[in-house]
Amino acid sequence: MQFSLSSSPHNRVRRDTGQVMRMVCYACIPGVLAQTWFFGWGTIIQITLAMLTAVVTEATILELRKKNVSRGIRDYSAVLTALLLGICLPPLAPWWLVVIGTFFSIAIVKQLYGGLGFNMFNPAMTGYVVLLISFPISMSAWLPVQTMAQTSFGLFDALSLIFTGFTQTGYNLAQLQLGIDGITQATPLDAVRTGLLSGMTYSETLSATIFSSDWGWSYGWSSVALAYLLGGLVLLQQRIINWQMPFSMLLGVILTAGFLSMLAPDQTGSIIYHLFSGAVMFGAFFIVTDPVSGSTTDKGRIIFGLLIGFWTVIIRTYGGYPDAVAFAVVIMNIAVPLIDYYTQPRVYGYKS
Amino acid sequence: MVNKYMIDAEHVVAQLNQGRLFDFSGGVHPPQQKSLSNTTPINTIQEPPVLYIPIKQHIGTQGNICVVVGQHVAKGEALTQSSNPFSVPVHASTSGIIKAITQHPSAHPSGIPEMTITLEPDGQTQWQLMPLLTDYTKVEQVVLLERICQAGITGLGGAGFPTHLKSNPQKPVECLIINGVECEPYISSDDRIMREHAWQIKQGIDILRHIVKPKQIIIAVEDNKPQALNALKTACLQDNGITITSVPTKYPSGGEKQLIQILTGEEVPHDGLPIDIGCLMYNVGTCFAIADAVLHGKALVQRVVTLTGQALAQPQNVWALLGTPISHLLDIAHYDPSKQLVKKVIMGGPMMGFTAVNDTVPVVKITNCLLVPDKQELPDIEDERACIRCGLCAEACPAGLLPQQLFWHSKAKEYDKAQAYNLDACIECGACAYVCPSEIPLVHYYRKAKTDIKHIALEKEKSEKARERFETRQARLLADKQAREEKHRLAAEARKKTMDNKGNDAKDKIAAALARAKAKRAAAQNNPPTDSDK
Repeated sequence: MQFSLSSSPHNRVRRDTGQVMRMVCYACIPGVLAQTWFFGWGTIIQITLAMLTAVVTEATILELRKKNVSRGIRDYSAVLTALLLGICLPPLAPWWLVVIGTFFSIAIVKQLYGGLGFNMFNPAMTGYVVLLISFPISMSAWLPVQTMAQTSFGLFDALSLIFTGFTQTGYNLAQLQLGIDGITQATPLDAVRTGLLSGMTYSETLSATIFSSDWGWSYGWSSVALAYLLGGLVLLQQRIINWQMPFSMLLGVILTAGFLSMLAPDQTGSIIYHLFSGAVMFGAFFIVTDPVSGSTTDKGRIIFGLLIGFWTVIIRTYGGYPDAVAFAVVIMNIAVPLIDYYTQPRVYGYKS
Repeated sequence: MVNKYMIDAEHVVAQLNQGRLFDFSGGVHPPQQKSLSNTTPINTIQEPPVLYIPIKQHIGTQGNICVVVGQHVAKGEALTQSSNPFSVPVHASTSGIIKAITQHPSAHPSGIPEMTITLEPDGQTQWQLMPLLTDYTKVEQVVLLERICQAGITGLGGAGFPTHLKSNPQKPVECLIINGVECEPYISSDDRIMREHAWQIKQGIDILRHIVKPKQIIIAVEDNKPQALNALKTACLQDNGITITSVPTKYPSGGEKQLIQILTGEEVPHDGLPIDIGCLMYNVGTCFAIADAVLHGKALVQRVVTLTGQALAQPQNVWALLGTPISHLLDIAHYDPSKQLVKKVIMGGPMMGFTAVNDTVPVVKITNCLLVPDKQELPDIEDERACIRCGLCAEACPAGLLPQQLFWHSKAKEYDKAQAYNLDACIECGACAYVCPSEIPLVHYYRKAKTDIKHIALEKEKSEKARERFETRQARLLADKQAREEKHRLAAEARKKTMDNKGNDAKDKIAAALARAKAKRAAAQNNPPTDSDK
């Protein structure tokens, strides 16, 4: 009797790439729900649009590359990229923005470099950076937290805004952005940045409208950040991600923000402000943990995370854009081969 | 240099007595599946109708065949012999007649045919015993080493290194470590032999103690085998020199390097052997075989083999004669091929075992298990997916390697880079491929790379030799040419000299002629010429 041959090991953990990617998607759910609660249906619409674009783009390119399309789609990496990008976009940004961004992420950043596993840059963040540089106005058009907005709007208003530029009642995005005081309300990061640039102190900027509500300090953004933190902890507990990258990034933010506030008290944001504004919490658990474009050694992951935290605060404080997680990630992606090379673990039997 | 890393046996044992164990980096926890086969005693089975005994079942060189076709041999009679120290004989596993000496599929992943002696048992089971060395403490060590070699004993844990070579260390032995860890899932042959033959294992350990004179003896058993642990404790009750330790269940804690790290906290140097840090390790089955050889005069002709997997109706452990074709063992365990999608038998465990090419492949000295999984049990992998650099492999690697870098460079055939990432340090335990979410057969790539590197080195050596040969030949030709030219030059010179000499003659002749002419003229002036002179 002849037997079939195979190579050892013959047993494997039954958790494949597709499952890993799906788990990360599921872990985003609390954050997405919080975001929808505070910023309206826009987020869900953006995510859906991004996923559709991503899957179509991925399938087309896999087909062009003569790869197995259904197998490629089933690894859920395109879906995850789309989800991460969709989360980062302003909820009411026009539809073509998310389509262009997602197309760029999948087609250029991922597939042109050789597809899953070969891209040296984080696809979602590179797509985001491209959009931010190309369409800065649309990309900073965040609405204030819903309960603070003058004009409330629902699902159909959001759909109509995204696809036509106007709500059903005829408001455009710029009008919706206007606050009670008639001043455009952007994100807290924007408000603080603009405030600091115009000579206010940090504590003065906090008294701006965007922060004032019954809930206290920027509760919408911080709640969203907390929801992503929750999802991230689940990923940690499920051993989908390592502790090194998220915690070292947060540590990087804390150290840098702490140092800057010591250097110039009240001229820069506080540690808590940096941690719970913008994309830091989301980035720490869902973006820097992207294995493909990140460092792979234990020590390397810590360096990678620390420096992303560092750059985030530095760019936020001195750069031209309010948030900086995407830039920090892309900068550090470039450094990964170098970091990996110099942080190889000690091999058994070799004395360091 | 080496002594710097030498362990201190007393210190190690003191730590063990305090319950202090070390950990090795990485490792995985695959499902154990030991209870499939470890609940019944080792079964003594009927002899197979035919035995295929490969003449080389160890690491080293094969012996010379010393039997002929048609010859009757007794059980335990040597079939090969050699004076080469790296050679270990094989023996007739039972009495019978040599039917053939031919190539036969081997117990190797490739199944590549190897020289094999076919033996047909005569059903008599007549032993040819070696003289008993019951009072071995009065016997010189070299005699015991000779006996271990003549009994054909090699490491039964997996590697198959000749035991007599290992037992002759040139350095002091701090710790003699007896390995009863058996960390591979499914396998329970060591578990059963420890439970049932702890006393004979102890005898083997005593013999080894006499040979290698260790300062301390440590027996290590994984904590998933409490009965085995208790049996050994009972057997060693009277012996203060033996420390019995239970180590946490984790794969591959039974690997030699990993077990040394767990027990001592020290690592075997990458370019050294365990003995370089004062450790010597034996498998429990090897100890059993040593006692058999020394106290009972029996050569190594059988071993415990675990028959397990969901495609076997009666999984169990058996005493299998070396050379037993696996078809015989599959029959005994009631193999049901319909339970498998593709017919597959793994020799060894699920992590490091290899698939047998067909059912005539024989049991050899290192065969500890036949694993026959059903279709759900260990499903075949689909094609590998792209590496997503998740790093789970690096976390699982017990050698501290970066498996994905090794994979990257191995796949691209950048072997110099793979070696720069210490490909040699890979013990092929399979932990990396076990955890890989992209189902990449990592170990397969490493094996391929290692083989290629070996080939390249061999080719290089060959071409180096060829170059040397060529250069020597060129030098010789040049020397010949120069010698020839020198000879020619000398000859030419000689000729020239002769020519010169001849030339001088000519000048002399001319001078002589002139002189003669002069003389004639003078004579003519004195005597006026006549017509005849014109």
